[in-house]
Amino acid sequence: MSVLVYTESENGKFKKSAFEVASYAHEVAQKMGTTATAISFNASENESLGAYGISKVLNITSDQLKTFNAKAFADAIEQAASKESAKVIILSSSADTKYLAPLLAGHLKAGYIPNVIAAPESTNPFTVKRTAFSNKSFAFSEITTDIKIVGVSNNSFGIIENKSSTTVEDFSPTLSEKDFTTKSVEIDKVVGKATIADADVVVSGGRGLKGPENWGLIEELADVLGAATACSKPVSDLGWRPHGEHVGQTGKPVASNLYIAIGISGAIQHLAGVSSSKVKVVINSDPEAPFFKAADYGIVGDAFEVVPKLIEKLKEFKAQNA
Amino acid sequence: MKILVCISNVPDTTSKINFTDGDTKFDTNGVQFIINPNDEFGLTRAMWFKEKQNAVVHIATVGGANVEPTMRKALAIGADEAIRVNAEPTDGFFVAEQLASIIKDGSYDLIIAGRESIDYNGGMVPGIIASILDLNFVNTCIQLDIEGTNATAMREIDGGKEKIATTLPVIIGGQKGLVEESDLRIPNMRGIMMARQKKLTVIEPITATKATKDNTFEKPAAKGAVKLVGTVEELIDLLHNEAKAI
Ligand SMILES: Cc1cc2nc3c(=O)[nH]c(=O)nc-3n(C[C@H](O)[C@H](O)[C@H](O)COP(=O)(O)OP(=O)(O)OC[C@H]3O[C@@H](n4cnc5c(N)ncnc54)[C@H](O)[C@@H]3O)c2cc1C
Ligand SMILES: Nc1ncnc2c1ncn2[C@@H]1O[C@H](COP(=O)(O)O)[C@@H](O)[C@H]1O
Repeated sequence: MSVLVYTESENGKFKKSAFEVASYAHEVAQKMGTTATAISFNASENESLGAYGISKVLNITSDQLKTFNAKAFADAIEQAASKESAKVIILSSSADTKYLAPLLAGHLKAGYIPNVIAAPESTNPFTVKRTAFSNKSFAFSEITTDIKIVGVSNNSFGIIENKSSTTVEDFSPTLSEKDFTTKSVEIDKVVGKATIADADVVVSGGRGLKGPENWGLIEELADVLGAATACSKPVSDLGWRPHGEHVGQTGKPVASNLYIAIGISGAIQHLAGVSSSKVKVVINSDPEAPFFKAADYGIVGDAFEVVPKLIEKLKEFKAQNA
Repeated sequence: MKILVCISNVPDTTSKINFTDGDTKFDTNGVQFIINPNDEFGLTRAMWFKEKQNAVVHIATVGGANVEPTMRKALAIGADEAIRVNAEPTDGFFVAEQLASIIKDGSYDLIIAGRESIDYNGGMVPGIIASILDLNFVNTCIQLDIEGTNATAMREIDGGKEKIATTLPVIIGGQKGLVEESDLRIPNMRGIMMARQKKLTVIEPITATKATKDNTFEKPAAKGAVKLVGTVEELIDLLHNEAKAI
């Protein structure tokens, strides 16, 4: 009866969130007096999970599963759960895991709670704290089924080291054609750049930037900080930036360490999506902009003057602190 | 083509979120309810299927009689028929089993749901339906085309998008991108009048699984005041030494 955690990788390398969910799984396993097993797909360096308290890794090596496929991955995780008699399954909150999680929940008749931000309050009954109402509140939710699935929010629990000895086993799930009735035809993805989902820093621009031609500023600032770029909803509605960058209640949630909002007024729908970010900075020419009420640090000023200076000084800062 | 759009009734995006009964219940006092934004994009996409590909569009909501104004709005936008499952939608699994039962009986080709409801943010109803009924499923769907029994969908992934090919019947978890903001429709007088005549069937829930429950709620702690700084040097210093964010 172990705790099973799905540790995501990309091109063989574990994502940062994999270490966070591994740490979380270790904590849950401790609370339940059992051990944590990870399942990984085509990952190298599986032993590295031992640093976060994983005692066993089931690693799948399969060409068929090189590209993510929700149904097939869910099926494989289900088989791993049954092999381990896992009662608790821990997942991240990436787009891919949020895709497979409900499929897994349906098959296992398991309760699933996403957006969980802390270790379980209690494991019997099994209750967790999660965000609800698009970050405008928290809920203490209980999972009442035999098997429980927890989706952990990025950057909420943290990566916690806990050395344990790890064994890596090959695992070969039995998959059938039925697992592949949705086919990936083409993936169009920016490589080598931080994404909103897993960036430590997000630099976001609003209508205050006046037009798409001024986005060089946002991109340069993001480059200096190794940050992902984002925007407010009207900016993507106007076609200045792609849909995928729109953050907020009806867009992507942001849970970065640092969120820098430039020329964004701070409407309630925008703030809802970014309130899980730890530190928020606002740069806005209007001292009355509502964002100042939600931010930790602010500069009242014209973005076209402040941001170039900020870029320059950050470059100096980075050079000194490299 | 027969389409079912699953519509979740949610508080307006500007609503203040409060709780009553010892923080165990959402306080609906003074709250305006709307079609879940993700579902509104889906509903509008369904209208295009109706207009261009002769689809028949039904909507379904699990909820008490209080959700009917939202359902009437969807009918006024152009859906043909509505089904309400008369039960409180307290748990995603329960809701999914109710909708799955409607879908099975109605033999729909395409089921459009949203990526998530903006209130309880479960993000699970379409996926659970897919697994119960063994339907093809595309989540975070931002584009959808159907020809014959083939569906081509675009899904948003972290850092980009992925094109997916599959076949009907299919269920999607949709969002903005399916149609644009500017494509959304405001019901006109004629639509509102017609909606009153349209069929809204109320059915009783089937016995279903309850997998989770929200015991209590909590509001975020009040935030301290913003620190205003005059120069970018000061900002960098604070971010580095105080916030430890860079
Ligand atoms: C159903 C619904 C859902 C929504 N969902 C979302 C959502 O998910 N995300 C979202 O972002 N919005 C959402 N909105 C929209 C939201 O209500 C606001 O309209 C939007 O966030 C405003 O975007 P903005 O701050 O970029 O633009 P504005 O409100 O126009 O603000 C521009 C800001 O830039 C400042 N500015 C102007 N010039 C400069 C300059 N030179 N230097 C510095 N600052 C400058 C101004 O002072 C102003 O504060 C939603 C709305 C609805 C109705
Ligand atoms: N009570 C409900 N009635 C009908 N559809 C629902 C209901 N709750 C959720 N849905 C559908 O499922 C999607 C995802 O909801 P959720 O899993 O609650 O985040 C919503 O966008 C709706 O399309």
